[in-house]
Amino acid sequence: MKTRKWLAYPYLVWMVGFIVVPLILIVYYGLTSAGGGITLDNIALISKPINRGALWLSLELSFISTIVCLVLAYPLALILRNLKIKSSSFVVLVFILPMWMNSLLRTLAWQNILENTGILNQILSFFNLPTLSIINTPSAIMIGMVYNFLPFMILPIYNSLVKISDDIVNAAKDLGANNFQTFIRVIWPLSFPGVVSGVIMVFVPSLTTFAISDILGGSKVLLIGNVIEQQFKIVNNWHTGSGLSLVLMVFILISMAILAKYDKNENKAGGQII
Amino acid sequence: MTDKKLIDLVNITKSYDGDVILDDLNLYVKENEFLTLLGPSGCGKTTTLRIIGGFETPDTGKVIFEGKDITDLEPYERQVNTVFQKYALFPHMTVAENIAFGLKIKKKSKAYIDDKIAHALKLVNLDGYENRSPENLSGGQQQRVAIARAIVNEPKVLLLDEPLGALDLKLRQDMQYELIRLKNELGITFVYVTHDQEEALTMSDTIVVMNQGYIQQIGSPVDIYNEPENAFVADFIGESNIIGGTFVEDKLVKILGINFPCVDVGFGRNKPVDVVIRPEDVDLVKPSEGIITGTVTSLIFKGVHYEMEVMTNGYELLVHSTDFFPVGKEVGIRVHPFNVHIMNKPESEDEEAVVIDED
Repeated sequence: MKTRKWLAYPYLVWMVGFIVVPLILIVYYGLTSAGGGITLDNIALISKPINRGALWLSLELSFISTIVCLVLAYPLALILRNLKIKSSSFVVLVFILPMWMNSLLRTLAWQNILENTGILNQILSFFNLPTLSIINTPSAIMIGMVYNFLPFMILPIYNSLVKISDDIVNAAKDLGANNFQTFIRVIWPLSFPGVVSGVIMVFVPSLTTFAISDILGGSKVLLIGNVIEQQFKIVNNWHTGSGLSLVLMVFILISMAILAKYDKNENKAGGQII
Repeated sequence: MTDKKLIDLVNITKSYDGDVILDDLNLYVKENEFLTLLGPSGCGKTTTLRIIGGFETPDTGKVIFEGKDITDLEPYERQVNTVFQKYALFPHMTVAENIAFGLKIKKKSKAYIDDKIAHALKLVNLDGYENRSPENLSGGQQQRVAIARAIVNEPKVLLLDEPLGALDLKLRQDMQYELIRLKNELGITFVYVTHDQEEALTMSDTIVVMNQGYIQQIGSPVDIYNEPENAFVADFIGESNIIGGTFVEDKLVKILGINFPCVDVGFGRNKPVDVVIRPEDVDLVKPSEGIITGTVTSLIFKGVHYEMEVMTNGYELLVHSTDFFPVGKEVGIRVHPFNVHIMNKPESEDEEAVVIDED
């Protein structure tokens, strides 16, 4: 198909203009000082307690959110797969429907719910129950992450589960495996590529978010995303912001590498995610 | 084959969304029998197999296995194993891991499992394929792995759901002989589902012809072919001429306006009947020597024989013959009385399920 080669040019332009060049700029700013000399100082800034704390909290919250999403999404996807009704795709649609709404709007809605005088506390006080102060805590941010990114966990897992034919499941039972053994030996390994996709699609945006922590954390909880945002927008120091971004990228690369290794062990025949 | 009943299906009824798939089905399978459920798609043969395997629960009726009611047992609690139509191998496991699956569940020792894998692969002619991925195997090889995976568990019964359906003709024929050999070497009971009458005739001890949820006939391949009980069976098994006629008296039937001698008795006097004449049983002779005459209207060379259509008294008779008669030739037709098969016209509901392909 040599003649159709030109069709790829727009993508090439896109890749160079919007992926490669920005990446080079980040690396350039991250590894240089305001004076122009090459330095590792920007990267070393991650060891500052406030930055290190933000990165650690980001990793912690992303990790917990990812686990919570997985624990919520997997049984749901499994139930939907087993429903075997035509409406199961409709149910999936309902679960991913929030994705069609602006994510800032959804996060603001959670702000309204979790506020000290918000909907949740109004309901609690109506029943004379003690109120909760969740807003502006890491817990509020985690709730926001789970709510925003849960569909990204459900979809890939559901897709990988529906691809497993009934015959394969029946074959396992036919060979003497009870429901639990069938799950452990057949369904889980075959759905693992979907789990890996879901984990990446929840973990990475959770790790880099600053909007959710802005809205639900107030200025009280800083994630690494907020620190980087502030470097660019408030401090106006692109060098520090880029340097911290590079550190974050390294952490994302490490976590994806770990997942890819698991994926290989778990599912020799499964598709590669990265 | 022994006379001991291994599986007994009693009054099985099953319907989906109001569609009756099986209506009061009664069937037993004897120990070491090769029993084939044969019929067109939608006849209920696969549902019957799935009920034996435990993948479906009958609405009413019982599944008896060695005298015990197993109707409500889960598939993993039954002493049967299934070879699925689309092989259903585990794609994330090697050939050896696939075969070991059932044995690992049963917590057999590693030495025992390795021994079993080697033996099973030898049995299905796949030595040395232990570490291959099923995805890199041909359809025939995948099917052999599926069979090996089932038989290492030493089931009392092997259920096979159109296992050769996805294979090409040559491979299918080879596999038929292999299945017969396997059955003899293993000495276990096979319940085989197919819509392919040739497969059924080649391999089975007993054929169960099904249509629209009803059993049409149970018998040996020879019985089913030579003595079909109704027009559906006659039409489904091999090619046949099914002609409406009148049973004049014992050993005499009137078809195509002429009285033909036959060997059947006891159908009454002047009763409407269906008559089956297999195409290879029609003798074409000189016009003067025939019971009836006709004109050859088409001629196709089939290799082993010629396939001809002979127009006689408004009926187009299908004839297989090694003798050559050109199109337009007038011929005499004779049928040996032994080869004129008389069948009752459909009366009961069971037989109303019969649908005859008119051409």
